[in-house]
Amino acid sequence: MSFSLPSKALSTITPNLRRQSTRLFSSTQKACQAEPVSTGKPELVKEFKIYRWNPDEPTKKPHLQSYHVDLNQCGPMVLDALIKIKNEVDPTLTFRRSCREGICGSCAMNIDGQNTLACLCRIDRNAGKNSKIYPLPHMYIVKDLVPDMTLFYKQYKSIQPWLQNDNPPEKGEFLQSPEDRKKLDGMYECILCACCSTSCPSYWWNQDEYLGPATLMQAYRWIADSRDANKEQRKEKLQNEMSMYRCHTIFNCSRTCPKGLNPAEAIAKIKLELAAD
Amino acid sequence: MISVSALGIRSSVRRAGFVVRSLPKRNIQIQSLPPSASSEILNKQRLNRPSSPHYTIYQPQLTWLGSIANRVTGAGLATLLYGFSIAYLIAPGTFDSAHVIQLVAGLPESVKYAGKAILAAPFAFHSLNGLRHLGWDMGKFLSLKGAYVTGYTVLGATAISTVILTFM
Repeated sequence: MSFSLPSKALSTITPNLRRQSTRLFSSTQKACQAEPVSTGKPELVKEFKIYRWNPDEPTKKPHLQSYHVDLNQCGPMVLDALIKIKNEVDPTLTFRRSCREGICGSCAMNIDGQNTLACLCRIDRNAGKNSKIYPLPHMYIVKDLVPDMTLFYKQYKSIQPWLQNDNPPEKGEFLQSPEDRKKLDGMYECILCACCSTSCPSYWWNQDEYLGPATLMQAYRWIADSRDANKEQRKEKLQNEMSMYRCHTIFNCSRTCPKGLNPAEAIAKIKLELAAD
Repeated sequence: MISVSALGIRSSVRRAGFVVRSLPKRNIQIQSLPPSASSEILNKQRLNRPSSPHYTIYQPQLTWLGSIANRVTGAGLATLLYGFSIAYLIAPGTFDSAHVIQLVAGLPESVKYAGKAILAAPFAFHSLNGLRHLGWDMGKFLSLKGAYVTGYTVLGATAISTVILTFM
């Protein structure tokens, strides 16, 4: 069935509006954007090589596509360059983004070989060197830079990431000493961007069974919480060959975390607690 | 804004007897599907999804290269140990100490030193990195800085030990 409006509705549309409404199907918004103002600075064109794969052409292999961006007409971060490319050069380029300030974790990707958030990663202003952008490593790709996160979220769900305590205090809320609260610092800040898990070689080879650094750090976040009463069950769940012990203290997770957290330490602490049981 | 301009202009368009057919047609095909069809479409797409590249594009870092080196040297040393032991079990007359000494004694000096270095380097690295792992398992050096400092220390100590073992 071809898409057409009833003639009565169409009769109310002016040619001008008609032109605008066709654009609703495209993501280009050139007309709505301000004209670039000349900064007086010379052009500084950098090449970005971006991983492309289109689910509509599944037989075509993934490839790197080159884009050239004038850094003096672009914001400082890699995400700015991606948005500029999408707006002005190629509206088919697909990536996730939301907050552009490192708190949502949507724009996690592999930039110049390291997993990080595009919004927190400055563009290297050396125009002589190109910048390669891949999706998060060893993930199934939905399109271009968008990985399928289903398994990652399922794993997070599997550790039951909520406070479990059947004996709430009679009055008011659960209280916690400043020392106990301090144990959660460096863990609760995790935004689940999956940079760490997808940087972990163990997770690359065993992600069907190994939970990965992000999920394990959250597991420890609840084990370490003084208000949680289900510590033993939580630990018992990790007491097998695959769930946690695939961690070989490689430290790629801590090295790559865009929030500066330390999942490797959290996992080592779970190991210590399990060894003491 | 769009709707406002549409409202404002509506009556004039109507009066002008605007011809709709002359407008270019939008070429978007839509198809009615039940909600249950979505999972089938999703599963069909999932079968086609490629896996993104991993170690070939990941930046070489001391962290994971050190870990791989630990694996490789461990596997190599184990193969040597078990290989020689099993060979001795099968043919004790050919693979005993006396024959090995005889074989090595007949080799030129340069080959002896090269062979010693090739054996000493993985042995030193694997042993020292093992100590680093024991430290981690005791809860020490668990910061990123700790991992890097101990990593470079192990590399330096491996170089020194290899030289000492080679010329011992």
